[in-house]
Amino acid sequence: MSGTTTPARARRRPSRGARLAYGALGVLGELLITLGVLVLAFLVWQLWWTDVEGNRQQAEVVRELPRVAVPTPTAGAGPLVATPRRDDPPVMADVEYRTTFATIQVPRWDGEPERPVSEGTDRPGVLDVLGVGHYPGTAMPGDVGNFALAAHRTTFAKPFNRIAELQEGDAVVVRTATVDGGPGTDTWYVYRVTSWEIVRPYQTEVIAPVPGRPGEAPTERYITLTTCHPMFSARERYIVHGVLDYWAPVADGIPAELVEGAR
Amino acid sequence: MYAWLWRHLPGSVVVRVLLVVLLAVAALAACFEWLFPAVAPYMPFNDTTVGE
Repeated sequence: MSGTTTPARARRRPSRGARLAYGALGVLGELLITLGVLVLAFLVWQLWWTDVEGNRQQAEVVRELPRVAVPTPTAGAGPLVATPRRDDPPVMADVEYRTTFATIQVPRWDGEPERPVSEGTDRPGVLDVLGVGHYPGTAMPGDVGNFALAAHRTTFAKPFNRIAELQEGDAVVVRTATVDGGPGTDTWYVYRVTSWEIVRPYQTEVIAPVPGRPGEAPTERYITLTTCHPMFSARERYIVHGVLDYWAPVADGIPAELVEGAR
Repeated sequence: MYAWLWRHLPGSVVVRVLLVVLLAVAALAACFEWLFPAVAPYMPFNDTTVGE
């Protein structure tokens, strides 16, 4: 372009200040759009990718968990079913934070794999990486008191996603691992659901030794599951209570509730 | 901002499109691997315990 500028042409060129202002607005706009894309990407990550990774990680934890194998049935016969025992169950000792000491399986949740149970209920240490968490200070499996567990309902493999399907009488099967080999290890504990409720997050009485009655000395062997409610919110908690039905050593077979086709 | 990036990418339009896609995938992968896991514990939508 040659150097002759007419007044009309000079008037049409924006001033340097205006160009800077428009440039800054452009950058701001693009930053905001980028932020929006990042938020969307975060949602995709939370609701899909953490499930993919979580399922893989938790399956590996279960696979590598040192424990006694379920006895293989004799040829021709069906699976070896353990005889229920209703005398006082053995109880394992407390474990260290983040130790995986048991697995949990719920027959009502068709298709759901066995999930590892580890000590602690914080998200970065346990719930996001190890699956189901055990509230420290609450009872161990089979013990008098409240064996209280927490897990995600969405994201990170969502172990308790189907918690609302649980009905009174449903079985919740806990299988302890070898850990220290002491009493209560490598043992099945079959609990039965008794009730469910929706509470506010501060209602810690649901995990008291006697659910709902903090301070009262327990006489029964309870289990309590906690997770968030409604499904994609953390406004409330969905709570399921159960009571021990029977126990059996893993060496005796598998619980009837876990046999293919049983419910 | 993005126009500046586009202008400074080498190659023809096709090459630049490929580069942009590659950069976007790399950025997303970095988010999935480092940024989002770091930010997740601070998001309250996922609290499942009582007493928190």
